[in-house]
Amino acid sequence: MAVKDYIREKFFPHIWCAGCGHGTVMGSMIRAIENLGIKKNDIVVVSGIGCSSRICGYLDFHTLHTIHGRALAFATGVKLSRPELTLIVPMGDGDAFAIGGNHLIHAARRNIDITAIIMNNSIYGMTGGQSSPSTGYGDLATTAPYGNIDRSFDVVKLALGAGATFVARSTTYHVTSMIKILEKAITHKGFSVVEILSQCPTYFGRRNKFASAVDMLTHYKTHTTPIGSKKKEKNPDLIERGIFTQQEQPEYCAEYDKIIEKASQRKVTNGKV
Amino acid sequence: MCAIIGASLTGKKVMTATSGPGFSLKQEAIGFAVMTETPCVIVNVQRGGPSTGLPTSVSQGDVMQARWGTHGEHAIIALTASNNQDVFAMTVEAFNLSETFRTPVILLFDEVVAHTRERLIMPEPGEINVVERLKTSVKEGTDYHPYLPREDGRLPMSDFGGVHRYNVTGLMHDMWGFPSNNSKIIYGLTHQLVDKIQGHTKEITRTKEFFIDDVDCLLISYGSSARTALHVVENRRARGENLGLLELQTLWPFPVDAVRKRCASVNHIIVVEMNMGQIFHEVKKAVDDPDKVFLANQIDGSFITPTDVLNILRIIQGKGA
Repeated sequence: MAVKDYIREKFFPHIWCAGCGHGTVMGSMIRAIENLGIKKNDIVVVSGIGCSSRICGYLDFHTLHTIHGRALAFATGVKLSRPELTLIVPMGDGDAFAIGGNHLIHAARRNIDITAIIMNNSIYGMTGGQSSPSTGYGDLATTAPYGNIDRSFDVVKLALGAGATFVARSTTYHVTSMIKILEKAITHKGFSVVEILSQCPTYFGRRNKFASAVDMLTHYKTHTTPIGSKKKEKNPDLIERGIFTQQEQPEYCAEYDKIIEKASQRKVTNGKV
Repeated sequence: MCAIIGASLTGKKVMTATSGPGFSLKQEAIGFAVMTETPCVIVNVQRGGPSTGLPTSVSQGDVMQARWGTHGEHAIIALTASNNQDVFAMTVEAFNLSETFRTPVILLFDEVVAHTRERLIMPEPGEINVVERLKTSVKEGTDYHPYLPREDGRLPMSDFGGVHRYNVTGLMHDMWGFPSNNSKIIYGLTHQLVDKIQGHTKEITRTKEFFIDDVDCLLISYGSSARTALHVVENRRARGENLGLLELQTLWPFPVDAVRKRCASVNHIIVVEMNMGQIFHEVKKAVDDPDKVFLANQIDGSFITPTDVLNILRIIQGKGA
């Protein structure tokens, strides 16, 4: 199918600003799904609140646009109830690291078969450019006009520490590898976390000396490097991209089914099990 | 709370339970279920509050939170019960009403009812009415409008994972479920959310009546307080005093007409509850003469006793405190 066959054209134009990276992520998601050949009726996309979450309305799948930070909890309910469906949860950095941080680490701990795609633009874009937990130290934001003093989360380390069984990072510059990573993440049986650095020229770029979206994409090109590259040894500040872990572990819905099986086999005598 | 909404959208009947602070935490997601018209059942066993309050002593302080706990204009259904058999019956009712009206339904129990162990007779399958989800008859390939009400106001659903792919959002939305800020659509949706419940108050109202003929003084109560109220009524009837009890099992939408009708011919009304008068004020609003409504309450974490009610009754009867 063509990309447009996955899109609800009647809801266009979309709300994203010119130069926003989220459309690139949406396009990559569609291409990954097309390559995998998953039927549209078998995909549920659950999102939270923010620019990234509006992806839901534009995609022709079962789509659920929920409340801030809790998309993974809603997705857990859908998945446990219909484990055969493919669950994809696009989130922003505010959704994933701030209000939804707890849902993220517990979904990782449980290893439930959901793919979390975190579009990290280092800012709360929809509400006017407030600093988020991924705004870097010293970066400027409407709520940090003299520079941000909070240290930012490294979501890769966070997800690895919480036990996610698939963890990867890509950027909106590296579209070809992003599609490959998304294919692997969606196919992975367990909780997948894919961080995608996605530019927000309107609220992050303007305040932080990026003249345009092109400048920001160039920055992703020059300031990232494949995992374990020689460049990283020489320049430790480079951000690594690629797949950090991909491992087989018991999946939550499968484990839950086993418990149901076990419980239904126990005999009840005189009200006692 | 979020997980049960997700599960409900796949076609399952769902419920969750909490007490006190947990009910506060669920409010945002309850609003989401209201806005998206997703059937679900929430049990809140009331304890003393606000905040961590009084775990785990009895209270009925969450009556107004059940009504207005989530933000924005909306309507809600809240049921209660005074004994275990009724807890069972009201739980079934809650599921039936949540499916019929596509709304979250709150089961507002209290600590005394929740911790009481008493006999429960389980009905046989088929003995009680069970409402199944109304599903769309629109075939695959034909446009399904998830938020286009039928003439009777009901919205047939389609399961996530089924043949119709649609959008569900907590934003104001059009008949496709797509976000909208068109004033006509907002007006229509707000009315849909409120009218589908407020307009069916009579159908949703559940009450029980005890010694309701020739009543001079009517007690109105609900939940475990109704047990105390019934004790007082039985006791006084034995002495020849004309007391009666109206037990409310539906708190929201408030059964205004049922209460007004029942109160019209009585001289005094005493509302018996464990808060500062959350239903007392609703009764005053409902009746023709608010001055004849009195409150007998208990708010110190202990269960309301017949003495608490008798103290008020004595004042009304001119016998002093």
